[in-house]
Amino acid sequence: MIEGWETVIGLEVHAELATATKMFSGAPNRFGSEPNTDIDAVTLGLPGSLPVLNEKAVELAIRLGVALGCEIRPSIFARKNYFYPDMPKDFQISQYDQPINVDGFLELPSGKRVGIERAHLEEDTGKSTHVGGAGRITGADHSLVDYNRAGVPLLEIVSRPDLRSAEEARQYVAELRAVLVATGVSDGKMEEGSMRVDANVSVRPAGSDTLGTRCEIKNLNSLRSLGRAVEYEALRQVDLLDGGERVRQETRHWGEADGRTHAMRSKEEAEDYRYFPEPDLVPLAPDDEWVGRIRASMPVLPAERRARLAAAAGVSLPHEGVAVIVGRGQDSQALAAMEGGADPARVLVHVEQNLAVEGGAALEPGRLVALIDLETSGALTATQAKAVLAEMLATDAGAAEIAAARGYEAMDPNALAAALDGVIAAHPEEWEGFRTGDDKAKGKLTGFFVGQVMRATQGKADGRAVTALLRDRAAG
Amino acid sequence: MSAMSDRISRSEVAHVARLARLELTEDELDTFTDQLAAVLDHAADVEALDVAGVAPMTHPYPLRNVLRPDIPTATVDPDEVLAAAPAVEDRRFRVPPILGEAP
Repeated sequence: MIEGWETVIGLEVHAELATATKMFSGAPNRFGSEPNTDIDAVTLGLPGSLPVLNEKAVELAIRLGVALGCEIRPSIFARKNYFYPDMPKDFQISQYDQPINVDGFLELPSGKRVGIERAHLEEDTGKSTHVGGAGRITGADHSLVDYNRAGVPLLEIVSRPDLRSAEEARQYVAELRAVLVATGVSDGKMEEGSMRVDANVSVRPAGSDTLGTRCEIKNLNSLRSLGRAVEYEALRQVDLLDGGERVRQETRHWGEADGRTHAMRSKEEAEDYRYFPEPDLVPLAPDDEWVGRIRASMPVLPAERRARLAAAAGVSLPHEGVAVIVGRGQDSQALAAMEGGADPARVLVHVEQNLAVEGGAALEPGRLVALIDLETSGALTATQAKAVLAEMLATDAGAAEIAAARGYEAMDPNALAAALDGVIAAHPEEWEGFRTGDDKAKGKLTGFFVGQVMRATQGKADGRAVTALLRDRAAG
Repeated sequence: MSAMSDRISRSEVAHVARLARLELTEDELDTFTDQLAAVLDHAADVEALDVAGVAPMTHPYPLRNVLRPDIPTATVDPDEVLAAAPAVEDRRFRVPPILGEAP
């Protein structure tokens, strides 16, 4: 947040589709092959080669359209003409004025709905590596091109300018990624370039409803880069406007190393791609039967999974723990533990915090139920339960068995009282502060006393029992 | 015909040629301005027809949804392809430095 200003962000996400072959030919679509091996006549744009559309790519496009609540429309392909060595045929086949998916939305864990303007099919380009000039285009000595990626099917998903902060932009991409993965549309691996993000960023005075001049930022290869770049760019634009200058509409490149955006050497011509309908491809018009079949095969999406988990746990949304658990795909584990009778609040805490480790997701829900039952019955403290849970992940032993082996047993109430009285006697000032303080002071000092009792009992005391006893003493 | 046309100007032809990376001489510019104007004249004839009630089409064939199954087919021999390239480095096509970013 920049005082007095509002940041407005729209994102363009390119997602590579999880097909076996390319968009318009049977050359393999896979990551990590030796350079220039997954290529054929269509990939290379050799004379006489003709594109034929991949049925699976269309199906995946419709799947995403359904997931985002888009209208799925008859569409056509167009040629986007440009001269750049990443496409051997000197044009890219893309959907332009008649895209397959329009007018949808994505619901974030916060409950906010972000508008989706369109999600259209296009082919990916080859991969250029710039040699010399620190790997950037500017100043490069020459470039090397690998066409394995050329022709890989992509969906370009264009949001409306509905995002208002770097954090919200990150949440949007994380949620979109979750939907892409859940629907099997893409593997969503940003580190392998399966998902790439361009951000359109502008700023305007708070309260204004006209959009400022935007800049498009490229080279955002991680959620972290996206967040940093948006924050930097918004500040840069506010500085310009505060200084009485104008923001120039341009494309800027995010520099991960220096943490800044840089104007790219502008092209000699304004963008003029001379789009025209691709004459080698016929129109695409998925019938209702096909769309209906895809609709019927949709998995439960993250937003609904969050709603289910929250309802089972009796918490209201937005809820961070619920969002984290669904984000990690551990909601079915948590739901099963709740259905097994475990206290829902403890289930959320354990799954979110203590089962985030490797192997945590594989813990059989029944074992978690047994652990939480020991905890809620007072046989284990929260601290002990955490330690037992960690050991459960490493062994096949049950919660009770591990607790017994560790010598964890509920403290005798008299011993607990004696320990607390000892701590009170040793800290008269804190005790006075607790007795006479307001709620805030009481809260702080509760932590202090619980900590001291824990130390005195080597962690055997139950924090909740200590808190209850502390209140009793103060009231008495 | 003169190089000046109502349909297209000489500078527009020069612009289009630049976008297509074509280097034209002054004479060629005149020639192509005339030729393109003739093409546009023909398009104007078509435009003059009454097509009310005719749905726009992007393709002359009454075909839709021509699709292929997502099954891998043969690739070409990389050695053969790379051998045909003007320059190769590291199993990749070596190209001159590029001005500007990819679109």
